[in-house]
Amino acid sequence: MLGFVAQRLLYLVPVLLAVSLLTFLIASLLPGDLAYTILGDQATPEKVAALRHDMGLDQPIWWRYLSWLGNVLQGDFGRSFRTGQTVLQAVAERLPVSLELMLLAQIGALTIGIPLAIACAVRSGSPFDRFMTGTAFSMLSVPAFLSAILLIYLFAVELRWLPATGYIPFHEDPVGNLRCFLLPALTLALGEWPVLMRVLRSDMIATLQEDYIAMARAKGLKPSRILLVHALKPSSLTLVTVTGINIGRLIGGTVIVESIFALPGIGRLLLNAIFTRDLIILQGVVLIVALGYVMINFIVDLLYAALDPRIRHGHA
Amino acid sequence: MATLELSVDEAAAVSPVRRTRRLGLLFWIAIGWMTFVFALAAFADLLPLPSPFHMDMLERRAPMSAEHWLGTDGLGRDVLSRLIYGARISLIVGLCAPVIGLTIGGALGILAGYFRGRFETLVVGSMDTLLAFPPLILALAVTAYLGQSLVNLTAILGVLGIPAFMRVARATTLTLARREFVIAAQALGASHARILLRELLPNVFLPLFAFFLLGVAITIVVEGALSFLGLGVPPPISSWGIMIGEGRESLEIAPRLAFIPAVTMFLTVLSFNLVGDTLRALTDPRQGAL
Repeated sequence: MLGFVAQRLLYLVPVLLAVSLLTFLIASLLPGDLAYTILGDQATPEKVAALRHDMGLDQPIWWRYLSWLGNVLQGDFGRSFRTGQTVLQAVAERLPVSLELMLLAQIGALTIGIPLAIACAVRSGSPFDRFMTGTAFSMLSVPAFLSAILLIYLFAVELRWLPATGYIPFHEDPVGNLRCFLLPALTLALGEWPVLMRVLRSDMIATLQEDYIAMARAKGLKPSRILLVHALKPSSLTLVTVTGINIGRLIGGTVIVESIFALPGIGRLLLNAIFTRDLIILQGVVLIVALGYVMINFIVDLLYAALDPRIRHGHA
Repeated sequence: MATLELSVDEAAAVSPVRRTRRLGLLFWIAIGWMTFVFALAAFADLLPLPSPFHMDMLERRAPMSAEHWLGTDGLGRDVLSRLIYGARISLIVGLCAPVIGLTIGGALGILAGYFRGRFETLVVGSMDTLLAFPPLILALAVTAYLGQSLVNLTAILGVLGIPAFMRVARATTLTLARREFVIAAQALGASHARILLRELLPNVFLPLFAFFLLGVAITIVVEGALSFLGLGVPPPISSWGIMIGEGRESLEIAPRLAFIPAVTMFLTVLSFNLVGDTLRALTDPRQGAL
């Protein structure tokens, strides 16, 4: 296991370097000069040249990348030239909101997806199974911003049960906080459960045909015990993988949902940075999100190996 | 031996029947809807539609009428006309971007799967870097720097699709390259180009094409999301995402302004998913075995 971790860690280094290089290149090579953006249209050429010199923009590109990378490695991702906030401060302030949203969404997706998958797998081929599989398939074609609008219309406009937008910090009012998160989390969960359900369902149908399930039945074990312990446990592996694969989509969905429901998370930070052309924040947030994404995938890889010995030994 | 021949005949006779049945009614409805949307978008200029940009401030959010079949939006523009012209944007981006992914990603994947070695390591490694970014984040960031235009949007979404197409092409090529017909061609002294183009490409194409249709569905969704956020095609061009975004503002007064484009988009995405998934199931040997 240790050797496997070391091997994966070694692979991580070039990927992380490449990610940082790509983030830097997107921000540096593409049209638009940072100095012009900061000074605005009225800037004189002398002022622009002076600022370019101060910011090191007149240096060769490889040198700028190395010095930027050096700063990043020391934890200095730069500072917004609009608000004066450092990237790390801005991200730290908003990260809890995004994490809470993604966590609640994942819990919601699992709560909807797992029971439905079990119910469908037990009666595979039945009308209920076909109906749910069909529903799951059509739900895959509903983007987050569509379900968000539908949910807002239903619960905020028509029924007036929940707020359409707004955010209350958890430490001020826990219940109000959860009420704010309910619709956004449900929006994301509606996009996630079909994926979980479809994979888990086909996985469990295969598991239920195994000999040891027949054995458990023959022993006279309760059906609920067979389903939850004997059949669901081996499928946990699949759930981990699917969750890992879904994280990328979930992060993208978070940006959209935060924007629709006006939640002050990372996604809003990113979009605001784009709309105000706050390039330093944009670059920093993209890098941090990508790093986080790589690390999550790394952890999923490790979890996967911990759950399934065949992967550690390369027999998969 | 007689029994063996009999069973082979039976399998051969059964398979075409099962295939047509598996395509099913839904498959053809989906094809019909795709054709319908495609035809409307292609011949939008010939249809007797009001201009999608013409604003009539006296007729804001007008209900459905003989003049405006689907009513007018918050600026008094004809909804049906904007919907059809919006279909153009969704379909142009939705079809062109995956074509970029299909050609570049497919070519890289076949080459990597056939030649292996350092080239494969390089291709897979660089694709892994592209995959290290959550797709929407990368799309947002690049759009922000490049600026919003139809060409930029298509190019960005196209590049983002390359890794996925590369993976499908490489995985298929890896299994095909070990098959007898490829080995036979090699033994006959066929050139690399001939094996790649005549032996491998026709066999890799169908799985890639099925994946292409799923790619179209995903691209339409991503284009819609970007437009919805105000980062897609620039106004006053209409696109389904823009219409849904604008309709959100008047959800309390006129929910149909958001729901009409939403339902259109859902049906279109669903159609591409359905057709793509059916074709994928037909070409995927694992599914066929079940």
